[in-house]
Amino acid sequence: MNEVLQNSAYFGFFLSLLAYWAGVRIKSKWKLAVLNPLLIAIILVIGFLVAFRIDYATFNQGAQYLNYLLTPATVCLALPLYRQIRVLKEHWAAVLCGLAAGCATSLALVVAFAWVLRVDPVVARSLLPKSITTAIAMGVTEELGGISAITVAVVILTGVAGAVMATGIFKLFRIKDPVAQGLALGASAHAVGTSKALELGELQGAMSSLAIVATGILTVIAAPIVANGVF
Amino acid sequence: MKYLIQMCIITGITFAGELLRAFLPLPVPGSVYGMLLLFLCLCTGVIKVKHIEETAEFLLAIMPVLFVGPGVGILENYTHVTGNLPIFLLTVLVSTALVMAATGAAVQAVMALKRKAGRKK
Repeated sequence: MNEVLQNSAYFGFFLSLLAYWAGVRIKSKWKLAVLNPLLIAIILVIGFLVAFRIDYATFNQGAQYLNYLLTPATVCLALPLYRQIRVLKEHWAAVLCGLAAGCATSLALVVAFAWVLRVDPVVARSLLPKSITTAIAMGVTEELGGISAITVAVVILTGVAGAVMATGIFKLFRIKDPVAQGLALGASAHAVGTSKALELGELQGAMSSLAIVATGILTVIAAPIVANGVF
Repeated sequence: MKYLIQMCIITGITFAGELLRAFLPLPVPGSVYGMLLLFLCLCTGVIKVKHIEETAEFLLAIMPVLFVGPGVGILENYTHVTGNLPIFLLTVLVSTALVMAATGAAVQAVMALKRKAGRKK
């Protein structure tokens, strides 16, 4: 089985797309926040590879070509940012304070948990960018010398957790303003949080996508300083 | 032709981002340089939204699918992940909730301050 698939450049590529499509179908059928299409797709692919004893390297032979699109896709995040420039100009002080607070809280908590739970420094470095979008988080982890597979896993887990908890958190902390809700979702749970924000409203969705980019940039600047200072 | 030009602009900026990454000593991924570069080009009008729109929308729409491969990469670092699973879950759940609360509360606090200052005037 492995030998046939090893020679295929499209098996992993196809399997990734198929699994994600299945994830989208499952999500639209039950509409539960826990059923994140990306999470489902990853679980399905892992299940498939384990069940048929296919190596990760064999899968990645094809799947790696999808990765080539990640950098240009991240570059394109400039477009939603540019489209929200008017709201950004109006609420710049609140946006900046909120995102700085979110970014600082995220980094401080990872440092605190790593210290209290005695986490291995390499693992702790991989956890630092967990609140930002996967593409930037992977870049940050590589720069910090962490393990990008851990980062991807934790980033996805964070996104799903944020989307699931959002309604409860907003009620508990009385976060009612749509701009605040959107920024909170984007800053804590990146793209998965943004999909939840879009459910709440258009303004929330727009603010959330702005938060993805801004916290990504803030973390790129702050994470290396924290990592080199602490771990 | 439209898609050719759009793809050309986007990959060109991506490449410029990689060049910046190679020559500047900051620990910043090339994708972030590219993003900032594109944002600056849009703000200054060097590149118009219509020059990249359809291709950019396509890339943004398929973005989650691009993370399936890296996510499955957990298999490669299986021992790292399972050994730390309780730590991961605890860190993720508590910090995600608190980051969300801190961000939302800070935004609302600054907006309230601004409204107060506005009334005094």
